[in-house]
Amino acid sequence: MVAEQCRCESEEFKELDAYIAQFRDKKSSLIKVLYEAQRLFGFLSEKAMLFIADRLDVPAAKIFGVVSFYSYFTTTPKGRHQIKCCMGTACFVRGSEKIIAAFEEKLKIKRGETTTDLEYSLDSLRCVGACGLAPVVLVNDQVFGKLEAPDVDTILANNKG
Amino acid sequence: MVSLKINGKPVEVPEGATILEAATKIGVHIPTLCRLNIPEFSLHNQGASCRVCMVEVEGRRNLAPACATPVMQGMDVKTHTPRVVNARRTVLELILSNHPKTCLTCPKNTACELQSLAAELSIQGIEFSGQTSRHTIDVSSPAYVRDMNKCVLCRRCETMCSTVQTVNALSALNRGFATCVGPAFNMPISESTCVSCGQCVAVCPTAALSEVNNAAKVWAALKDPDKYVVVQTAPAVRAALGEAFGLPPGVSVTGKMAAALRLFGFDKVFDTDFAADLTIMEEAAEFIHRFKHGGKLPILTSCCPGWVKFFEHQFSDMLDVPSTCKSPQQMFGAIAKTWLAQELKVDPARMVVVSVMPCIAKKYEAGRADMGRDGGRDVDIVITTRELAKMIREAGINFASLPDEGFDDPMGESTGAGVIFGASGGVLEAALRTAYEWITGKTLHAVDFTALRGLKGIKEAEIDVDGMPVRVAVAGGLGNARKLLESIRAGKKQYHVIEVMACPGGCIDGGGQPYHRGRADILKKRMKALYAEDKGKILRKSHENPFIKKLYAEFLGEPHGKLAHDLLHTHYVPRPRM
Repeated sequence: MVAEQCRCESEEFKELDAYIAQFRDKKSSLIKVLYEAQRLFGFLSEKAMLFIADRLDVPAAKIFGVVSFYSYFTTTPKGRHQIKCCMGTACFVRGSEKIIAAFEEKLKIKRGETTTDLEYSLDSLRCVGACGLAPVVLVNDQVFGKLEAPDVDTILANNKG
Repeated sequence: MVSLKINGKPVEVPEGATILEAATKIGVHIPTLCRLNIPEFSLHNQGASCRVCMVEVEGRRNLAPACATPVMQGMDVKTHTPRVVNARRTVLELILSNHPKTCLTCPKNTACELQSLAAELSIQGIEFSGQTSRHTIDVSSPAYVRDMNKCVLCRRCETMCSTVQTVNALSALNRGFATCVGPAFNMPISESTCVSCGQCVAVCPTAALSEVNNAAKVWAALKDPDKYVVVQTAPAVRAALGEAFGLPPGVSVTGKMAAALRLFGFDKVFDTDFAADLTIMEEAAEFIHRFKHGGKLPILTSCCPGWVKFFEHQFSDMLDVPSTCKSPQQMFGAIAKTWLAQELKVDPARMVVVSVMPCIAKKYEAGRADMGRDGGRDVDIVITTRELAKMIREAGINFASLPDEGFDDPMGESTGAGVIFGASGGVLEAALRTAYEWITGKTLHAVDFTALRGLKGIKEAEIDVDGMPVRVAVAGGLGNARKLLESIRAGKKQYHVIEVMACPGGCIDGGGQPYHRGRADILKKRMKALYAEDKGKILRKSHENPFIKKLYAEFLGEPHGKLAHDLLHTHYVPRPRM
């Protein structure tokens, strides 16, 4: 039935299928599976969500409900370099707004968007627990702290290609 | 038992009961909005999301939602204090601050629970203003409109759709101010697994979900001198229409309804019950054919378009199980535009078939592929009981004082078997009355199959057909249908015939009926009205209907024959499960 709908034969889908197979209680593993799917694909496509719906026997509407609830999950592709500016209180008072505005200007995208070449995406987030380094920016898993607007050029130059 | 005090008055309720239930027991009214419990259908929606039912509990700092707070021994509850009244008002004003104030032209005007509550709480102005929701109105469905700008997030629709119906088309989406209830990927609802059963519309307190109103199309057809407009009325409509005009539930208004339709100017006023008798001829013949020739059993009824779309989505591996019979609505249209047109010497292209249905899925069904011929549809316009009530009111007709009139011949004649189609179990009972006589060649005297009647979700019986046991089952509500079908697929249960209706209780509880507000007693009275009408008929077996006999003798030939197949049967398509 649905399996036929998504002939998901790519390596990523096979890997996701294998990941799902380890769970005995399929329905309650939804968040973990979505997390893994996003790690594999970079984002959660409708195809991926339908695949998960089928494998976990959870309605697609419910899955989309969960995905649209948590800001961590994204349904659009993200850039290779994911820039996330902390807008938590400490970072905010130390000028994070200027930092994110500088990124927007340099990349010619707004927060929440991705460059057309899929190189960079820009998002804001709330507190990474490094307030002593405020204002903080995350590029993928790397933390940059005590930033000022001109540092944006350096960060972009070091995260190219 | 737990004893507590409400406004100083002692009350005893079972453990686990809520403050609201305790208050109701001693006649204390607490306003509610999101809450809706229908224990008969296992519907429990009391997430306390609206916070309208707040009460004061002695010793607690915060107010408590009465609908979701369990009682405790010695509890001291106050329900009418200034603090409580003020809190309820604030909560309601906050809800209203993000609700369009377009009541005058709203389809739910005078039937809206939010509007009634605003009146009840004497809201004369709204203190709050600010951002308002901007959701795109979803008009993709031919059956209903989704206007999430009018949603109060009570989530009754979602509970109904997922818990009771197991259709699972709806879920809460997004978070914070952007929260809404919608289908997967926010796709148009018509592309989702929604089956248009309309139970979400039936329980929606506002006009966030409302039927597509086709009244204007009916008026236009009636006004057009080139059109020959005939109308059919489904069995369940007569058992509920009176409620819209203040008549007590359970009063059958068949005669007044026919009189009102004639006043509108329909060329012929007919009865879907006639086509229900016709459906039995075809379905019983199909069953006996499968029964005698080792065909696929059980046979599943196919009168209900919500159920048909449900099995196309959820049981697409079993599409050869349901009967291929079209529903009575569609059979009516097919015969009206062929035999009737021929009899009346009316060009079928000029004929407009209007249906009055208790159901919004019928609007969708009329547009299905395979439901017409020569470029025309079997049924052109479908309106619900609620739309008919609005038309009667709009025309200024004093409904309660109308004289009783009959239907026109030939498609207005029906037997008691046709009438009970409107209640869960009725189609099966009607089919058994005919199949019994056809199989045994004997007269069936005990025509009342009482084991198949009532609101219960799943009903089973073994019928003795001349020494041969015939196992039958009835499912009312799609969740119950799923249970039955899964047990059959797993080989755990075996039946010969199964009737399924998408709505719990059958068509009397259809998504297009006057709002019952969760009162199952109203539904029971509607059912009773249909069985009383059946009992009052001289002819109670479909195959005894003289005009059905005439139809086969002069036009169709044999039941389940070639022409009958062309006109009265259909096929099913697999759809994604999602």
